[in-house]
Amino acid sequence: MDSFLGRFKNPLVLIAIVLTQVISLAIQVQGPAQSFTGTGHADSATVTLLRRWTVAIFTPVEMLLHGSGTHVRGFWANYVDLRHARERDAQLQQEIARLRMEQAASVEDAAQGRRLQQLLDFKQKYIATTVAAQVIGTSGSERSRVVYIDKGSADGLKPEQAVITPDGIVGKLRDVFPHTAQVLLISDQSSGAGVILESTRIRGILRGTDTGQVQIDNLTADSRIQPGETVVTSGGDMVFPRGIPVGTIESIAPDPLHQPYTAITIRPAASLARLEEVLVITGTQSTLPASAQQDLSIAQSTAEEQKRAADLVAERLPSLHDTTPSPDAKPGAPADAATAPAADPNAAPPRPRPVLHPDRYSPGSTPSADELTPGKPTTTIAAPVQRSPSATRPAQPEPAKAVPPRPATTPPDR
Amino acid sequence: MAELSYTSRREIDQYGFHPAVTLLAPLACILLQAVLPRVVPRLAILDLPLIATIFFAVARRNPIAGAVTGTFIGLVQDGLTSHPFGVNGIAKALLGYAAASLGYAVDMDNILNRAMLLFSFSLVQSLLLYTITRWLLGDIVRLHPLHELLAALANMVVGIPVFYLLDRFKTRD
Repeated sequence: MDSFLGRFKNPLVLIAIVLTQVISLAIQVQGPAQSFTGTGHADSATVTLLRRWTVAIFTPVEMLLHGSGTHVRGFWANYVDLRHARERDAQLQQEIARLRMEQAASVEDAAQGRRLQQLLDFKQKYIATTVAAQVIGTSGSERSRVVYIDKGSADGLKPEQAVITPDGIVGKLRDVFPHTAQVLLISDQSSGAGVILESTRIRGILRGTDTGQVQIDNLTADSRIQPGETVVTSGGDMVFPRGIPVGTIESIAPDPLHQPYTAITIRPAASLARLEEVLVITGTQSTLPASAQQDLSIAQSTAEEQKRAADLVAERLPSLHDTTPSPDAKPGAPADAATAPAADPNAAPPRPRPVLHPDRYSPGSTPSADELTPGKPTTTIAAPVQRSPSATRPAQPEPAKAVPPRPATTPPDR
Repeated sequence: MAELSYTSRREIDQYGFHPAVTLLAPLACILLQAVLPRVVPRLAILDLPLIATIFFAVARRNPIAGAVTGTFIGLVQDGLTSHPFGVNGIAKALLGYAAASLGYAVDMDNILNRAMLLFSFSLVQSLLLYTITRWLLGDIVRLHPLHELLAALANMVVGIPVFYLLDRFKTRD
């Protein structure tokens, strides 16, 4: 026996090591079943403890490296490399002004949407509070797409909270430690999210793949689904609030592993490979946050200003659809035919107004066909006929008749 | 392999390392592996902990020490991922054992042997990880041969200078 153990000591030790790990692996895998949001659930208490020890070894150094790198970059960006800062500032100011205009244009639609939601008793969730965090490290493995952030339970973070950037969703918190947290990216194979295609309103489940792609894999082939369509969160997973951008459809292909479903590959809106700063959603509410309400009121006032300005411009500029009766029009006569084409379909078509300085191109300067002689050149430039606009006027052409032009001092007729 | 000899004293020598080097060098490799992809995402293709596993196993030429070192490095690596503990632990334990066993027979100071070892062990690790993930965890994964070849090539290219760097910390037992 001793000789057997002595002879096969090395392989036996190896078998013991491997067997121990296989058994521990089997115990760890006996977790909750795959949920809507994937299998990326938090570990058991023992595993969490082991992971916490591991993370505790590395994250302080990662924070140190990240902090020193940030300081160097900050010194360079904030004190040295300030070229074009003024131009960029001006561009940003213009961008803000443009966005305010766009916001004002859509404020009516948004208000109407909220009214309808209230009518339908729809419970909308708005992002109320977020915690900004810096990405300090990764898992170091291509097979596990997680990143570490420099905020943890001490900052109010909890597992399963959504992590986003201003561009779109990033993932959710998996394990939360006192001063760090592990973020499971949406590109990880064990992650999942409920999504909706923005224009077709088709709902799907987003999953990561083993190659780090993001796919919707529970939809069958549908001709309405086209590349380029925007995908947003549906809110059905209870992790991500509704309406946050996810990305755009990059390609649609049959899924060889899940027939008859299609693999709809999404290009994530957030740059998952180059994450620097993220926002962890720590709270949602059913009413608009105070800052959003303030923005909304600004947008409403901007919209009203825009409307007033538009009305003012409409009052001052001449318009084809003139509602003011001409001074030549008889009192009590109907307004210009152009003003009420829909009211009287038999009315004469709109006629051009008299010109101040007529020439041979002016309307009405051409004599009637009855007065023309074949072969005889027409040299006389007839002044246009000053017509009194009337909806009841017959549509046949009037004979050319010289009418003195209106004095130049006549105010613009509107 | 370039040489196959059991007579050279140099080849059957076992090297040792200062305890600090034994502990810190693998940890430094794991740390770099965690930090570098954040700066350059394409560097995620590397596996610096694998390079450290192979180096220490080959240098010590002790299969049990190789398996234990591989297990330690693999488990720490697992601690940073979202996978259960043991995925990298099993793979690197087997690789450490195999590398140490091979270190007995082959001159691992030869650059060609080192390159071939790094390349082939990187591919073997990909197969092991695929097997563990597919059959032990039940995840749906696919092998991507071209990607694995590229990863093996990258590990080989980076591993050779890392081997020479770590050679400086060797102490003859």
